[in-house]
Amino acid sequence: MHPETHTDHWAGILKDGVIGAWPICLGYLPIGLAFGVIAQKAGLSPLEIGLMSVLVYAGSAQFIAVSMLSAGAGLIPIVLTTFMVNLRHLLMSSSLATSMHNLGTGRLSLFAYGVTDESFALNSAKFRGGRWDWRRALVLNHTANLAWIASTVAGGFGGEFIPAGAFGIDYALVAMFLCLLIFQLRGMLYVIVGIIAGALAVAIALLIPGNSYIVIASVIAAALGVVIRRARPFPRAEGQS
Amino acid sequence: MIPDTYLYILLGMGIVTYVPRWLPLVFLSNRRLPEWFEQWLDLIPAAILSALILPILITAGEPRHLDLLRPELFVAVPTLLFAVKTRSLAGTVVVGMLLFWLAGIFI
Repeated sequence: MHPETHTDHWAGILKDGVIGAWPICLGYLPIGLAFGVIAQKAGLSPLEIGLMSVLVYAGSAQFIAVSMLSAGAGLIPIVLTTFMVNLRHLLMSSSLATSMHNLGTGRLSLFAYGVTDESFALNSAKFRGGRWDWRRALVLNHTANLAWIASTVAGGFGGEFIPAGAFGIDYALVAMFLCLLIFQLRGMLYVIVGIIAGALAVAIALLIPGNSYIVIASVIAAALGVVIRRARPFPRAEGQS
Repeated sequence: MIPDTYLYILLGMGIVTYVPRWLPLVFLSNRRLPEWFEQWLDLIPAAILSALILPILITAGEPRHLDLLRPELFVAVPTLLFAVKTRSLAGTVVVGMLLFWLAGIFI
């Protein structure tokens, strides 16, 4: 065992992680239900749906896989497409790696399973804000994971359960991303990088189908940010989370 | 309609999804990285969030086209202002949902 923080009781860690995950759970609910309904219509049983949510755990890739399955696509095209669609996590895990200290391969491997757009965004902000560690992040990941598995399986039993558009629940993840973006804009340089990334993403999204725009725009915008920073050092806003 | 190879498809999908999530965590953490790379990684969350969100707000359709009249965009403006003002994640999610719900009713 590593000599880690003994002041944290496991119950407190569990509570922080579960409570921290609520915006993601709320957002996954309508998407998971919708996925379950679509997958069921494509001929998948609730068990097969749940198995996909456990083994793959990736929202958009699962939607695409089901539509490819219905179209009669085989193993290779589906796996290759999944790889392309989920390659963006490479970038997110790289960024999260800077917050992981003195962890063994086993713990890192466990943590890696739960890296999604949503958990990455939320954990990044929480690591930055302090009072957050890999245990809490892990609990957050797996709480979100459970919400995803449960809602996709529930949808697979043939129920939307939530009327379309109810309570604006479809906007939960968008609002969460908007707020987390604000948290990340910790100085002029971050604002400039954000603007470049957003503009590039839109331009590429209009030109190339698929979601490769996320990776391409982020890589270029962050690289330009490093160039700008080296050319003209920006004062960093400290103390903001 | 669902092929017999379904389980193999899932395993394949699982592996190609897991490996990109796993590789950087195992190879980049616990390691001293070059300064430029640290700076680059530091800018990645802001870049990714912006690249994720802006196309959702102002593009739509298949093939995608520019669409500046989406409720997603109208609602984003007050939601962003609320986030800047309060810096509250919980509040922002609730306000965003509420406004989007109202937008759906009245627009």
